[in-house]
Amino acid sequence: MTDSPQLPRGARLAKWLVSGPPFVYLLLFFVAPGIIMVLASFRYPGEFGGLAPLASSDPGTLQGLTLETYAFFFSDIIYSYVFLKSFLVALATTLICLLMAYPLALLIARSPKKSRDLMVLLVILPFASNFLIRVYAWMIILGPQAAFSQTVNGLLTALGFEPVHLLFSPFAVLVGMVYVHLPFMVLPLYTNLEKHDPVLLDAAQDLGANAWQRFWRVTFPLSLPGIFSGSALVFIPVLGMFAIPDILGGTGDMLIGNLIKEQFLGTRDWPFGSTLSIMLTIAVLLIVWLAARLGGRGRRYA
Amino acid sequence: MASLELRNVTRRFGDFVAVDDVSLTIESGEFFTLLGPSGCGKTTILRMIAGFDLPDEGQILLDGRDLADTSAEKRPVHTVFQSYALFPHLTVAGNVAFPLKMARRPESEIRQRTREALDQVHLSDKANAYPHELSGGQKQRVALARGLVNRPRLLLLDEPLGALDAKLREEMQVELINLQRDVGITFVFVTHAQVEALALSHRIAVMNEGRVAQLDEPAKLYSAPRTRFVADFIGQINQLPAQVIEAGRSHLRLSVEGLGEIVAPPLQGAKVGEQGVYAIRPEQVRIGVHDEVGELKNHFAGEVRSLLYQGDVTVYKVGLANGATIEALLPNSASGRAQLFEAGDVVKLGWRHDAGMFLHD
Repeated sequence: MTDSPQLPRGARLAKWLVSGPPFVYLLLFFVAPGIIMVLASFRYPGEFGGLAPLASSDPGTLQGLTLETYAFFFSDIIYSYVFLKSFLVALATTLICLLMAYPLALLIARSPKKSRDLMVLLVILPFASNFLIRVYAWMIILGPQAAFSQTVNGLLTALGFEPVHLLFSPFAVLVGMVYVHLPFMVLPLYTNLEKHDPVLLDAAQDLGANAWQRFWRVTFPLSLPGIFSGSALVFIPVLGMFAIPDILGGTGDMLIGNLIKEQFLGTRDWPFGSTLSIMLTIAVLLIVWLAARLGGRGRRYA
Repeated sequence: MASLELRNVTRRFGDFVAVDDVSLTIESGEFFTLLGPSGCGKTTILRMIAGFDLPDEGQILLDGRDLADTSAEKRPVHTVFQSYALFPHLTVAGNVAFPLKMARRPESEIRQRTREALDQVHLSDKANAYPHELSGGQKQRVALARGLVNRPRLLLLDEPLGALDAKLREEMQVELINLQRDVGITFVFVTHAQVEALALSHRIAVMNEGRVAQLDEPAKLYSAPRTRFVADFIGQINQLPAQVIEAGRSHLRLSVEGLGEIVAPPLQGAKVGEQGVYAIRPEQVRIGVHDEVGELKNHFAGEVRSLLYQGDVTVYKVGLANGATIEALLPNSASGRAQLFEAGDVVKLGWRHDAGMFLHD
């Protein structure tokens, strides 16, 4: 925010009225909790959850500040492994979403203007029902008695393979992740593709580009900003997601989100939960920074 | 040598006939213009030549070969679009190199020809700029370089000067003429601006309602329009409803109701009693108070209704006895012509017997 003392008093007041509420909101609900979390990560866990006191008269209890949680995080390879696995799941979800969303977004963007709104509505229609209900619905669809499982396993047996358990598997987690996050990829892609000037494709064709070249040389590079924002909107929430692995994943399918949730609700180790959250935040910020650098190239002409 | 030939080309959109049985031949190396008001079918013809649209009937032949089965990307025809259609994600050099890349030319050739093409349009210093960093005139030049770099047999130009301001447009006209002469590629230019068409073209096809109204050299179109539409569309012209009362070899005698007789140049096919219009260009009309106007074969009394001073010339609107208004254009610098009239002045209008023309209805 640049300081502009030349502004008349009314305009300055208006500026504060407009930017004030979100500023206060972010301060209260983003900055303050963040600081609390950072502070909490250097504390000892309380006996029954919460945090141990900073100072205590009883020398037997844990007190003061410590780097123990951080040391703990790096001492056991299992946490890095969960991070890595979560990254791979987020990456796979993002890629699958991108592959599924791109043709759909392109189809919507190239449809007659009248039907576009209806198609966009259909894309966001799932949001009309509760997130958990939609994920639970996948439990039924992927369940061993459902037609889908029966068909897949029937085929596998016929081909001489062992039947598989679809539900409570990494596969089910991925299906749920892709299903829930697909609209977040479709919408930014559509918004981008819809803005492309169709005369550019005419020009490319006129200058000798076939359909394949028209896509890779014109449509795709011009859609990079849409790809970047869609990917960020999918990748980041998937990284922290715990409900879908909880419901659709097996006991071994723990991701960072589950791990953090477990520290607060299960083992009641708030400092370690805070540490994990900070690690996740740092990782996400790194990725966003990277994406912004890559995407900056695209946004220059968008 | 004929470069492009349209044979009885018709294109319909539902009930609307956009192009109606058009036949024309464009010579190799020619600067050919399709001129007409919007909706006259000129852009449809351009799109059919480029390959974005196909004729319902008739044929389009390039160097004698029917183009019907050749898709747009395979035709040796490039287009300069009205909006330039530059690729925003590519630099100027990237845009110009695009058709060469599509044609899979070797890298060294692409570099060299891109450089040459940019030199030709004086944009070598902008090779690494992006389109959004360019002015309208510069974008126009990039589009031209991109269209010409792969040496197409035909360059189509769709109202390419429409988005430029007046001064720049004039500059680009001169550049287009020079460029076309230098590269020797056949240009097919589409415009609704008759001034542009007259200035640039070797030949012009004036189009109206899907048909070619007249195909001629610019000077011919201006001095000898064959229909009222062409006369009206190209430049300014005065029109008076008239009837033929004598059709001779050397001249026509016309009767204009409420005004009298006019002697006009002869016209083949004109018959006594035929109704039509007498048309005369404003710059052929003389205006004065002295007798020199009275000595002309055609002269009438009139009253100056209004005038438009335009610096180099003044345009007078003069009312005649029958209520019609004639526009007369007088240069302000010519000696003896510097006299200015005021609105309300009673003047004499006159013109030579070989000026103007009779047009069939």
